[in-house]
Amino acid sequence: MQELTTYAPALPEIAVAVGALLLLMLGVLRPPAPSGDYLVGTLAVVVLAIAIALVVAAPDQRAVLFDGAFIVDGFGRFMKVLVLGGSILVLVMSIGDLARSRLLSSEYAVLLLLSVLGMMLMISAGSLISLYLGLELQSLALYVIAAIDRGSVRSSEAGLKYFVLGSLSSGMLLYGASLIYGFTGSTDFAAIAGFVHGQPAGASIGLTVGLVFLLVGLAFKISAVPFHMWTPDVYEGAPTPVTAFFAAAPKLAAMALLMRVLLTAFPGIAPQWQQIIVFLSIASMLLGAFAAIGQTNIKRLMAYSSIGHIGYALIGLAADSEAGTQSVLVYLAIYLFMTIGAFACILSMRSKLGPVEEIDSLAGLAKTDLPMAFVLAMILFSMAGVPPLAGFFAKFYVFAAAIKAGLYPLAIIGVLASVVAAYYYLRVVKIMFFDDARQQFVPIEQGTRFVMAITGLFVLLFVFTPAPLVDMALTAARALQVGQ
Amino acid sequence: MDIASAPLLSIIMFLPLVGAIIIAFLNPEAKGNARWIAFWTTLVTFIVSLIIWFNFDRTAGGFQFVEQRNWLDVMKFKLGVDGISVLFVVLTTLLMPLCIVSAWVAIEVRVKEFMIAFLVLETLMLGVFCALDIVLFYVFFEGGLIPMFLIIGIWGGPNRVYATFKFFLYTLLGSVLMLLALMAMYWHTGTTDIPTLMTAKFPADMQWWLWLAFFASFAVKLPMWPVHTWLPDAHVEAPTAGSVILAAILLKMGGYGFLRFSLPMFPIASHQLAGFMYALSVIAIIYTSLVALAQTDLKKLIAYSSVAHMGFVTLGTFTFSTQGVEGAIFQMVSHGIVSAGLFLGVGVLYDRMHTHEIAVFGGLVNRMPIFAAVFMVFTLANVGLPGTSGFIGEFLTLLASFKVSTWVAFLATTGVIWSVAYALYVYRRVIFGELVKPALKGIADMTPREIGIMVPLVVLTLLLGFYPAPVLDVAAVSVRKLVTAYEASVQPAPAVAKPAAAAPPATPGGPATPAPSP
Repeated sequence: MQELTTYAPALPEIAVAVGALLLLMLGVLRPPAPSGDYLVGTLAVVVLAIAIALVVAAPDQRAVLFDGAFIVDGFGRFMKVLVLGGSILVLVMSIGDLARSRLLSSEYAVLLLLSVLGMMLMISAGSLISLYLGLELQSLALYVIAAIDRGSVRSSEAGLKYFVLGSLSSGMLLYGASLIYGFTGSTDFAAIAGFVHGQPAGASIGLTVGLVFLLVGLAFKISAVPFHMWTPDVYEGAPTPVTAFFAAAPKLAAMALLMRVLLTAFPGIAPQWQQIIVFLSIASMLLGAFAAIGQTNIKRLMAYSSIGHIGYALIGLAADSEAGTQSVLVYLAIYLFMTIGAFACILSMRSKLGPVEEIDSLAGLAKTDLPMAFVLAMILFSMAGVPPLAGFFAKFYVFAAAIKAGLYPLAIIGVLASVVAAYYYLRVVKIMFFDDARQQFVPIEQGTRFVMAITGLFVLLFVFTPAPLVDMALTAARALQVGQ
Repeated sequence: MDIASAPLLSIIMFLPLVGAIIIAFLNPEAKGNARWIAFWTTLVTFIVSLIIWFNFDRTAGGFQFVEQRNWLDVMKFKLGVDGISVLFVVLTTLLMPLCIVSAWVAIEVRVKEFMIAFLVLETLMLGVFCALDIVLFYVFFEGGLIPMFLIIGIWGGPNRVYATFKFFLYTLLGSVLMLLALMAMYWHTGTTDIPTLMTAKFPADMQWWLWLAFFASFAVKLPMWPVHTWLPDAHVEAPTAGSVILAAILLKMGGYGFLRFSLPMFPIASHQLAGFMYALSVIAIIYTSLVALAQTDLKKLIAYSSVAHMGFVTLGTFTFSTQGVEGAIFQMVSHGIVSAGLFLGVGVLYDRMHTHEIAVFGGLVNRMPIFAAVFMVFTLANVGLPGTSGFIGEFLTLLASFKVSTWVAFLATTGVIWSVAYALYVYRRVIFGELVKPALKGIADMTPREIGIMVPLVVLTLLLGFYPAPVLDVAAVSVRKLVTAYEASVQPAPAVAKPAAAAPPATPGGPATPAPSP
């Protein structure tokens, strides 16, 4: 019994793993239904909800399991709640949509659960080995999900592209990890930090090269420029519910991983990685702003938008401070709601012939479906960072952290890029509100409408009570800093 | 005073929002209900703001009706008004019902959404003038962009998309730099409380950067030459009520910002950059007056004349004298009333002819005598004729600038002459002459509804022209406090060597902190 209770901090992960396996059995043993497997999808939501409950109910203290490979702390809890909550919202709205497209198989829900499990491991990773294992578990599941629409060439292409580029990045990451191991003699983050700290001359060149490769691998996962090339194609090619999932949970998990690696394993050589993060951040913000202008496909637009958002989140990481970490967490939480809300609206763009993805098809939406147009407009204004919407506070905190850290050029480039980005968000609003209606969408699924309402209310009402989220992010940021 | 202890500022701020929410739940076809609810909401808001106006203690210089609630740990939801902001609060609440009534028949499509956008806009505008927390101020300052973007874009003219994008992006670009500046202020002082920041002493070189960042925002908003080009476009395309709010309230946020932030918080930078501000103001006054002379569109003409009038505001503000600052405030209030009247007048014409091309009109006095009289009052007030409210503001600012530099005063005064030229010229072309154009043969004079909108504005224009005390008295104590604080911080210590005061830029140590002995 004593043996078992030591694993209690990993209970949420265990629950998801067991749930995924049970659902896999259930899906295989049940006769296939032509309308899709609602039962497994619904049960997957239940599994995720149980996992959230376990994460929230866990005692608020730091626990280290498996010889340092698995860390449970306030930071991990915060990110896990976001990842699980985001996955639930995506799953709720994707069940109905996938059923309409005749893609709702039990495999989808199981793969999604497995990738969430991978993300939870990433968030809790305490060594290079567990980092890689979590990342690969997540990625392998995602490669398959991207290609889940087997009949569609675009979906298969997206899956293949994602797989090839993802493997490349995994290779680089492994190479970097091996260099780091070679030069520090450990895979454990705490031990690496101790080793780096003990070096009076700072990092050796080999360690720096290893760190660069590690960062390249992770930059692929968060699709920071210049490692973003797969993002627009995969976003466009994958079925929309899958894209929604890609844009939300995995990005958050990869950012959490990046933060934990940099802030707990390499605080000693912060100046080295700081310049890399600053570069990634500037490049992502600028490309996200400028490349999105010419897009006509809303999913590609969202891909560039998410690249830009990652750039803003990286500002907080570049600040390398408690305020910076807090700002990244606030940013990610708000980004999660905005992006899921946006995709709930994109999922609702469905004519009688099937999903439509052209931005122009939104023309006149304010006349045909005002609530949806209103929610999407608010989310887009929020993404542009216009107060009093939630997105403003996200940007506010990262820029405040940058100013505090003295990163003035980064902050100035950031706000200027946000003005450019405002243009393309406004363009979508213009199409919805100022243009004349061209086509009518079919009625929206219940689940999707529910998600739309929740995210819309969050974006709109956040201004009235912003304190709880900000305080929770601060607690989580402190937990990460304590772990150093 | 029971009534004065109620959270009146919150009430006037959130009343319009409540009205908007009620309208949101109406049936989309219920156009009449939407109009009436919007009208009553704005009217009640105005009445409540009058309670504030009459209970305002004119002998106290600090902030009154202060409310504070927790919001974001350091940043508080803190409201309050002083003698400067209370004027703008009342101006806003006064103009809103008039705007709603002016849109009664002009807006026929998506009435419900129009009224919601307007009421939300009122909440945000009042928030700008009431906010006593710098982040809260920014939230309201920027938030107003969203409803205005929609108002111009949905109910605007043919080229509305271009105009509204220009408006939004221009203003956003200016504002984001201010956002960075206020973060820097926060990290430097550890507070976002405006009254505290007004007494904070920033190092001189930091003041420069902060001043420039705030300038970027307020100069675009005001707008000052050369970043005024969004305004004519926005005005031409906006619906009448939108133009009124834009000219009467939104522009004033820039002038208010200079008074609330640039002057008290960065006095040294303001002092050093005053010459720069004079130059821009004078160019604005002369150049945009000349541009106005060449306009063929009535709304564009009034827009350019607004830019010229805002030149007087910056000129008066940066003389740092009681007269100059009071003149600037009075000019803003007066312009708020007069430009509202002018745009409403153009709206009257637009409702009949669906154009605001000057060439379309002529000889209107024959068919529309009441309109001609009303329009004359506003035209002459715009010119600054003695006896109208326009005169007081221009006179005070010119008086103050004469003390600073005769050349500046001289050049600015030529602007007054140019304004007479364009105003009378356009008045003759539109109102006088024979009514020869066939399209105008059947044009009808103002309806009782339209007259009802104009009456309060005409009365105020003339009343304030003869008796400006209500406005000047309210602002007096706050302005004196502002000017005294400014003088104290730019002439730090007469005991310190006199040459240093003669050449202020060469003091890297920061002359703002005279207390520690060198």
